[in-house]
Amino acid sequence: MLAAAAVPLFLLMMQAPSGDSIYAGQCAICHGQRGEGGRGPSLNRTKLRHASDDTALRRIIRHGLPGTGMPATWLNEVELVEVAGFVRSLSNARKPQAELPGNAERGRAIFAGKGACVQCHVVNGAGGAFGPALTGIAAQRSAGHLRQSIVDPGADVPPSFVLLRAETAGGRTVTGARVNEDTFSVQIRDAAGTLHSFWKTELKMLKKELGKSAMPSYATSLTGPELDDLVRYLAGLGETEAQ
Amino acid sequence: MKIVLLLILLTAALHAQTLPYERIVNSAREPGHWLTYSGNYSSHHYSPLAQINRLNVVRLQPKWIYQVRGREHFEAMPIVFDGVMYITDPPSDVTALDVRTGRPLWHYRRAIPEGIPACCGQVNRGVAVLDDLVYIATIDAHLVALDAKSGAVRWDVEVADYKQAITLTAAPLAIKDKIIVGMAGAEYGVRGFLDAYDAKTGRCAWRFWTTPGPGEPGNETWSGDSWQRGGATTWVTGSYDPDLDLLYWGTGNPGPDYDGTVREGDNLYSDSVIALSGATGKLKWHFQFLPHDVNDLDSNQIPVLLNAPWQGKPRKLMLFANRNAFYYVLDRETGEFLKATQFTRQNWAKGIDVKGRPIPTNTTTVNAEGVLVYPDDDGSSNWFSPSYSPRTGLFYQNVREKGAYYYKADTRFRPGQLYLGATKRDIPNEEPYGTMKALRALTGEKVWEFRMQSPPWCGALATAGDVVFSGTMEGDFFALDAWNGKVLWRFQTGGEIWANPISYRSEGKQYVAIAAGSALMVFGLD
Ligand code: HEC
Ligand code: HEC
Repeated sequence: MLAAAAVPLFLLMMQAPSGDSIYAGQCAICHGQRGEGGRGPSLNRTKLRHASDDTALRRIIRHGLPGTGMPATWLNEVELVEVAGFVRSLSNARKPQAELPGNAERGRAIFAGKGACVQCHVVNGAGGAFGPALTGIAAQRSAGHLRQSIVDPGADVPPSFVLLRAETAGGRTVTGARVNEDTFSVQIRDAAGTLHSFWKTELKMLKKELGKSAMPSYATSLTGPELDDLVRYLAGLGETEAQ
Repeated sequence: MKIVLLLILLTAALHAQTLPYERIVNSAREPGHWLTYSGNYSSHHYSPLAQINRLNVVRLQPKWIYQVRGREHFEAMPIVFDGVMYITDPPSDVTALDVRTGRPLWHYRRAIPEGIPACCGQVNRGVAVLDDLVYIATIDAHLVALDAKSGAVRWDVEVADYKQAITLTAAPLAIKDKIIVGMAGAEYGVRGFLDAYDAKTGRCAWRFWTTPGPGEPGNETWSGDSWQRGGATTWVTGSYDPDLDLLYWGTGNPGPDYDGTVREGDNLYSDSVIALSGATGKLKWHFQFLPHDVNDLDSNQIPVLLNAPWQGKPRKLMLFANRNAFYYVLDRETGEFLKATQFTRQNWAKGIDVKGRPIPTNTTTVNAEGVLVYPDDDGSSNWFSPSYSPRTGLFYQNVREKGAYYYKADTRFRPGQLYLGATKRDIPNEEPYGTMKALRALTGEKVWEFRMQSPPWCGALATAGDVVFSGTMEGDFFALDAWNGKVLWRFQTGGEIWANPISYRSEGKQYVAIAAGSALMVFGLD
């Protein structure tokens, strides 16, 4: 009865968003207009890491990947089928990708040497813990986004990273990444990797620098070719793309 | 020997373990028990116990912990009387606990079918008790009556077909000889109702449809047949005035949540409070907080009933801290609008006019570019309970301080499918937070506020010891000074708190109980 009465409405609603318009509105901002990637990984691949089949793909799109930058959506089953279909079609539309410039071996050397990136980042188990681990970063971000992270770190700080400045009643200051915070306490990791724990009543000041990066920009300290090398190296960290 | 016998008899009498209606009406006479969802029919969610107070609360410590098996948020409000605590664990199980030891006395475990559409988790907020029966409304839309002493099923009736996306998560309300049951599902295009069942037999006594059908007053507030999918669900336990025999119940958003173009009109009785005769279910009056809502601002909060002088004359009032960020005072005999005060950040209304109708801003049409709305669809307040203390005259409300962007999406209706009309994105580089606000009960004016790390899902409990208890998403359970909001005590429970605290007395000692993570924790002095 319900369905019969609803028919005229259905007809009216036929112009509802299709897979490509849902994608353009809600996914392209992170995965690129044609699935080439951005803050999120490229989706124009025949094999997706988390989505071996279509059920898994729809589940990821509906519920997100908790603990990563991939958000949940409120899409209903119909919309999910449509947008998942569009995601699968992206690999067909994929243009042969230009080889990334640069040399990964030289990039690795800059990472450990001139750039001193290793002071703050873990790759394959070695390095400092202040910044996020970069071991599988290529599966999460596009090459373009990685380059931006190095030259303009403040442009897109992962929401899980919050820079804090705390000053104790005794005048000691600690600056670092937020490890955890609740109503009564806060835990901070400083650039040397040392953990600090405070009750908020012990603090004179606690400042949150939302959207601010604790990473220096390398726009001027590295040359163009050196950046190419670094990005080439980082873009190889993680799974190699299935063609 | 005689004395021993007398003692045994006395204990037996104390442990009558049956809860006639008169005991609930007169709950003020037994402050050591928690007899109905909100503590009393007026929903003060207040404990008249004063043993734990501002000076000694610092000595509070855990007494026992009971772990549930549930995978979902543990939102139960316990009922406690005559030595037994009744809780529900998600999805729809009931456990009776011995309050002295925390040991289970019986379990009712319900087999739940696969694939029940529930927007916000297969949760349950508690039981109702009347005489010797314990009532649970289940996620698969049944009402079940259990023997209070053994947990044996006395009867089990279907309230609705869960395949139509109607689910039951609220604690039922027991009044006189009836069990009142509210339902959820407005995110799926259902038609809302409130039901009453005969407490002894489970026969349906009445049903009130919250969207009026053709020929009924209010049907003209829905374009076409949109009332059929209009939502206005009743998923939070309401209040009751035994003298007026009036039930007061909040109603939810109209469906689809964010696209008003398919349901032109005021959309009665969505986002309203309705006053129904307990005996017949007939509508006495209604007050619609938000006509034609397109921001999912359900009015499923708890109506708090208070008799107090209003402009010099004694009046029967209702206090309502709405999810839409306004605090309302109504006359509960007539539904007359008396006052509205904004209690936190919002951008959907320019204000409330003299009749109580909001003056909307331009946040009310979602588009493809995204519209910023405060509060977001979880609201400023929500299902978690406020608390009213007659000692301080303050109304304690936990508040979610959060906005979001909304984008237009599909509004095709398919049974059992999400029917929203928008999608949502959080605001970049803005950290949402929470507060507890102490408002003057008759004006909504803020007296103090306490800041929490995240928007809370925990209610407040004020006590006659002038302490207010609440908890956070990071697992802190805490006590504030009811007069000024100063922190008096805290305890890290190790789990998110999605529940309301209660207080009771056992063997002369006061306890405070809260569900945190998957544990029901009970705290006491020494
Ligand atoms: C705010 C940014 C953001 C938005 C918006 C977003 N994603 Fe993602 N997505 C991510 C990130 C980051 C990851 C990588 C998560 C990880 O593995 O760490 C991801 C992962 C994925 C994956 C898994 C990829 C794989 O290799 O298995 C799929 C599929 C996906 N996204 C689809 C979508 C679709 C479809 C939409 C739109 C409905 C969408 N995403 C919207 C950021 C986003
Ligand atoms: C002083 C410590 C520090 C140094 C040195 C440093 N970084 Fe970072 N890096 C961070 C922090 C903190 C973040 C997270 C905040 C942000 O994204 O800005 C970050 C983020 C990043 C990201 C983004 C990760 C993501 O999840 O999107 C990349 C890529 C990166 N760094 C690469 C490098 C490279 C390459 C170098 C060396 C040239 C380097 N970093 C040097 C601290 C550092």
